[in-house]
Amino acid sequence: MISQKHPELAEIFNKDEARVNWHDDTLWWIRAKRDKAAHGISEWELLRETASQLKNNVLSNLHEYLIQFEANAKANGIHVHWAADAKEHNQIVLSLLQKKGITQMVKSKSMLTEECHLNDYLEKNGIDVIDSDLGERIVQLAKEPPSHIVLPCIHKKKEEIGQIFHEHLGTAAGVSDPQVLTETARIHLRETFLTRRSALTGVNFAVAETGEFVVCTNEGNADMGAHLAEIHIASMGIEKLIPKKKHLSVFLRLLTRSATGQPITTYSSHFKKPRPGQEMHLVLVDNGRSIQLGRESFRNSLKCIRCGACMNTCPVYRRSGGHSYHNAIAGPIGAILAPNLDMKEYADLPFASTLCGSCTHVCPVKIDIHDQLYKWRQVIVKEGYVPASKTMAMKIMDFTLSSPTRFKLAGKVGRWTLKNAGFTLNNKFNPWFKNREMPEAPKESFTEWYQRNHKDNL
Amino acid sequence: MRVGLFIPCYVNQFYPNAAIATLKLLKQLGVDVVYPLNQTCCGQPMANSGFEHLTKGCDELFVANFAEFDYIVSPSGSCVLHIKDHLHDDQHPEKATHIRHHVYELVEFLTDVLKVETLNATFPFKVGLHQSCHGQRGLHLSQMSELIAKPFSKPMQLLNLVKGIEMVQLTRPDECCGFGGTFCVAEEAVSSKMGKDRVEDHLVNGAEYITAADMSCLMHMEGILKRKNSKVKVLHIAEILTAAHD
Repeated sequence: MISQKHPELAEIFNKDEARVNWHDDTLWWIRAKRDKAAHGISEWELLRETASQLKNNVLSNLHEYLIQFEANAKANGIHVHWAADAKEHNQIVLSLLQKKGITQMVKSKSMLTEECHLNDYLEKNGIDVIDSDLGERIVQLAKEPPSHIVLPCIHKKKEEIGQIFHEHLGTAAGVSDPQVLTETARIHLRETFLTRRSALTGVNFAVAETGEFVVCTNEGNADMGAHLAEIHIASMGIEKLIPKKKHLSVFLRLLTRSATGQPITTYSSHFKKPRPGQEMHLVLVDNGRSIQLGRESFRNSLKCIRCGACMNTCPVYRRSGGHSYHNAIAGPIGAILAPNLDMKEYADLPFASTLCGSCTHVCPVKIDIHDQLYKWRQVIVKEGYVPASKTMAMKIMDFTLSSPTRFKLAGKVGRWTLKNAGFTLNNKFNPWFKNREMPEAPKESFTEWYQRNHKDNL
Repeated sequence: MRVGLFIPCYVNQFYPNAAIATLKLLKQLGVDVVYPLNQTCCGQPMANSGFEHLTKGCDELFVANFAEFDYIVSPSGSCVLHIKDHLHDDQHPEKATHIRHHVYELVEFLTDVLKVETLNATFPFKVGLHQSCHGQRGLHLSQMSELIAKPFSKPMQLLNLVKGIEMVQLTRPDECCGFGGTFCVAEEAVSSKMGKDRVEDHLVNGAEYITAADMSCLMHMEGILKRKNSKVKVLHIAEILTAAHD
C-alpha cells in the first residue's frame, strides 16, 4: 500500500475550511505570544546566536561530551545505556521493566519515544503505558499520534476533548469546560502516579560537566511520575547535550518563550542521582543521528531543542495540520529530520513548503531550516524519489528555458492558448484553476514590446 | 554605470506592464539601462523543485546575457535571490561571481544604489503592501516580524514618496501568499488556502490595490481575487512608482 502523502492529507484537512481557519488562528495566536515574549528581552538575538554557537560546539565535539557525560552520570549513580536505533531503545526499556516484573508504566512527554514508537512496542509486549502529559493523554485516548511536538492535541477542539473524556474518563456528556476536564484528568492521573512502579521521562538537556539531565514540563507530571516510581527511565537523543551547567540558562530562556510565549517552563527539573532505593536509568539513543551528523548540509538540524516555534509560524503547517506530515515530528523541522530516517517514505515532506523562510528566523537555535528543505529536495531528486512525470516536466522546462528561441516560441504558444483556447487550461485537470483564475494573456510579451519601441537600442 | 535589465520569464510573457514600468522608472531616474534580448529564466522553477542540476543551460545563458553590466536589476526579489544564491558557471566562474555580487532587486537598487529620495508619482488609492518572502527574508528588503530588531521597509520607503497614496495596515504583515513556484500546483489545497487568507487580510483592511516587489505573489493573489470577482487589483510596485494621475 502506498501511504498517503502530504498533499493528499493536507487536501483532506482543507475540506473543512472553518476548521482550517480555527487551526491557523490558534497556532498564530501562539506565534504572537512568542513574539511578545521575545520582544520582552532586548538581547534576544544575542541569546539565539549564543545558543546556536553552543550547539555547534556540542555537535563538533559530541563524541567527547557523550563520554564525559556518561562517566559523570555513572559516578552519580545513574545506569547509562546506549541504543543504536529505535528497536534497541525499545528493547532496553522493556528488559528493564521485565527484570522487575513491572507491567505498568507512566510516561511524561518524550518525542523520542514517539519517534521510536515505544508505546506500541510496549503494549504488544504486555506493558500498559499511560501518558501523563495532558495533551499526550488526550491523543492517547483518541488513539492518534500527537500533531505537534509541544501541543500534541492542538488539532482537537475542547468539545471533542470533552467527548473523549466522556467516553474514557466518565465525565458527563457535553461537558467541555477546560477547568472541569483538567480536573478530571488530574484525578485520573493522580491514581496513575500513585500506583505505577515505573516512570519514563524525556530529556530536554543533559549536562556533560555534571552528568545530570533536565526535564521541562508545565504540568509537573515528569516529577510526579519519577518521584513516586521505583524505577525512573529517561530516554534521550544523543544530541541533547550541553557542555556546562552555566549554559543551561541560555536554553531555558529561549525554550518556552519560543514554544508558548511563557518566560520559563513551570517545572525545569534537574535529575542527578536516584533517591535511596530508586533505580535511575538513562538511555542514549542514536537512531540516525550519527548519520545526520555526517551529512554536512543537514548536520545542524541536530541543534533542535524541540520548541515547536517553526510549526507555529509555518503557514503550511497551520493550514495542513500536524498529521499531514505522517511523521512523529511534523512541520518544517520534521520535514528536514524525517528524510534522514527514511528518504523514500518522507520524500514528500521537504516539498511541503513555500521556502518562505519564517521557520529559520523564528528558530531559537538558528537552524537554517528552509535552506535545508531546498537541499533535501536536491538530494531526493538525485536519489530518484520523485515521480517520473515530474522529472519529465522539469526536463522539458530545462529544454525550453535553455534556448531563447524555444522560450520565445513557448511564450507565444502559452499566451495564444490562454487567449484562444482557455478551455484547455480552465478545467479540473489544472490544479491552479481549481481555486484560482489563470492570468490574462497580454497581446505581446515584454521582449516584443521592447523590440517595437527600442529599435535604436537593438 | 550600465545596467542590464533582467525580466523574469513569466513577467516577460504575462505581465509586460510590470516590466515596462520598471524600464520607465529606471530611465526616469537617469539610468543607462539595456534589455538583453536573449534572456529567458533564472532557473529557479527547476532548482526549487529539486532539479538544480538541470539549470546549467539557464545559468550559462544568464552569464552570457548579463556579465558585461555594472549592475543587473530585476523587478523580482525571488528571481534575484535565486541568482545571488545559486548562479554558477564552471567555464566563467569570475563572471558568475560578478553577477551574483551585482544583481539587485529593483526596490533595493533604488533605495541603496541610486538612493532615491523623491519620485514623480501620484496614486490616490488605498494600497496594501504584500511583503514577498524571498525579497523580505532573503534579500532583507524589509525587517521580518520573526526577528527582534529595528523595523524598516525599503518598499514602504519608496511607496511613501508617492503622492496621494494611502497604505493600509495588514493584520499579518509578512505572511506568505502560498505561491511557492511548483508548490502552487503540487500542494494545491494549502497553496490556495494561503492565497485566500492573504487576499482576505488586504480586503478586510480596505485595500483597493495590492502591490509587491514580486509579480509571482501578485499573480497568485490576482488568481484568487478574480475567482472571487473582486474589484481589487494587483499592481507591481514599479507600476505604482511610475503612476501619473491628474
